[in-house]
Amino acid sequence: MSRLCGGVRFSSCTPKVCIVGSGPAGFYTAQHLLKTHQNVHVDIYERLPVPFGLVRFGVAPDHPEVKNVINTFTQTAKHSRCRFYGNVNVGKDVSVGELKQAYHAVVLSYGAEGNRSMGVPGEGLAGVYSAKDFVGWYNGHPSCREVFTLNPDLNCETAVILGQGNVALDVARVLLSPIDILKKTDITQPALEALVRSQIRRVLIVGRRGPVQVACTIKELREMVNLPGTKSEMVEADFDGVTEALKDLPRPRKRLTELLLKTALDTPGDKEQQRRHQASRTWGFRFFRSPSEVLADADGNKTVGIRLAVTRLEGSGEGARAVLTGEVEDVTCGLVISSIGYKSHPIDPSVPFDTRRAVIPNTMGRVKQATGLYCSGWLKTGPTGVIATTMNNSFDTARSLVEDMESEALDLSSVKTGSEVISALLEERGVKSVSFSDWEKIDSVEMSRGEASGKPREKILTVEEMIQVART
Amino acid sequence: MLSRREVGGGRSSLGFSLIPSFPQGSNNKVTVHFINRDGDKITAKGAPGDTLLDVVLNEDLDFDGFGACEGTLACSTCHLIFEDEVFKKLGPVTDEEMDMLDLAYGLTDTSRLGCQICLSKSLDGMVARVPESVTDIRQSKDESA
Repeated sequence: MSRLCGGVRFSSCTPKVCIVGSGPAGFYTAQHLLKTHQNVHVDIYERLPVPFGLVRFGVAPDHPEVKNVINTFTQTAKHSRCRFYGNVNVGKDVSVGELKQAYHAVVLSYGAEGNRSMGVPGEGLAGVYSAKDFVGWYNGHPSCREVFTLNPDLNCETAVILGQGNVALDVARVLLSPIDILKKTDITQPALEALVRSQIRRVLIVGRRGPVQVACTIKELREMVNLPGTKSEMVEADFDGVTEALKDLPRPRKRLTELLLKTALDTPGDKEQQRRHQASRTWGFRFFRSPSEVLADADGNKTVGIRLAVTRLEGSGEGARAVLTGEVEDVTCGLVISSIGYKSHPIDPSVPFDTRRAVIPNTMGRVKQATGLYCSGWLKTGPTGVIATTMNNSFDTARSLVEDMESEALDLSSVKTGSEVISALLEERGVKSVSFSDWEKIDSVEMSRGEASGKPREKILTVEEMIQVART
Repeated sequence: MLSRREVGGGRSSLGFSLIPSFPQGSNNKVTVHFINRDGDKITAKGAPGDTLLDVVLNEDLDFDGFGACEGTLACSTCHLIFEDEVFKKLGPVTDEEMDMLDLAYGLTDTSRLGCQICLSKSLDGMVARVPESVTDIRQSKDESA
């Protein structure tokens, strides 16, 4: 279809799209765009010098197969119509407005870099961390080095995790895994060393509601149950009525609940008795408890415990609500990790943002009250779901975008110079971007350093060093 | 965790070779019919011992997002649905596979993960349907949660 471009009849101007964020959302959106539109050019901007977002910084080190998606992202990055620009902070080095001028469409896929806070007194004490920061720390996120001025203080016997989703279980598993397992993963060296010195022997995973509402999934629960050197310790009374509820549950929830029941209540056979006897570390779920205060030592600096409000359930199943009973229970602990959700932040005042839900208001990925602006991933739907969820979410956004390109809902009539303009701006501002082949140098250095210690890679932990390697 | 590809031999879901080696002639190929999300029938062939994911990849069948974790039981995107008679011939499901299958969108009683199904001559002519929208259900239904 030909179109008027600058007064002369050309065939359609080459559509230029840029994507902000190079995690699964960014890459899957790019992938789908490139596949379904034969002319579109896609530029991916990423704040860090390294790509892949939570695949690199969120997925647990002992889940390497989940990171296989990096292979398909690498293929996308190397597509002839795709370019990766790392070390570019959108919102600081370049504005969304400038991107909108340079491109026909901008897709925001920068995810959720913040976390929900518990909103309780003592949350700021030493020894209290968000799961986002804890995970970021053991996965080598450059911004998480600063959060722990020293490594987190693991010199206590008990750690309490608030939240019972898969992230909470990842944290528990990393805290209690035998070092022999962890040392063969891509966990960072400082984290590994801290865990070697760790005194933590007991991890409680606390949730407001009951066993039937637990948010983790069965694979992760099974990993805890089978974790070498550990045994579980739960409160039998928490499981009252659960066996009766089983028959009405759909298969996935039923299997999960059955495993939980078995772990909590079954009388162990001889072999299992022996295994438990030899276990030096314990973990357990605690239900019907909600954080009400983190308790400090006499000097008021360090965490010595957490006060938990006792709840009861109103209703049943997924919709059951936790209601306070007025009772409290204090648990001695030196480490508190709140794993109650990540949270997105607004990037630019010109971009609509729903502060209550912490997402960008959109319909099928099209940002509301904006043209040429789209979103995908957690920024679009909220911070839950695994990579495959984000994949579908991103495909949907890409579909909306392609639809808009083909229906002319998106104005493709003017030539856009895309990265030419943006690169010039960045250069003026002294910002040097990192290309995908620069990343491959970083990748290669990390892998060869890892080889020396029997790890798949030894992650580079600072932006400065990443850039240094990128420039070699 | 071992990738299914790293386990030697016939790559059966039990981790050792159950498939005797056939000479690689085309008359030993197994025919599989896939029904894609548009309802179209796509016929492909694979060697005995290939998984259904292998067939999809080797034959470049274009199912969006299929096999994201590359056959390592870390996702549910290779979810396929079978007819009863075929399903019964597919062999036992491990807990590991069930755990991931449980997360598949549109799970049925005759669902399996394609990366765990190995071809054999007895499955020649089988039909496998690619279900709608391969979304893991590990997400909150309430987007604001």
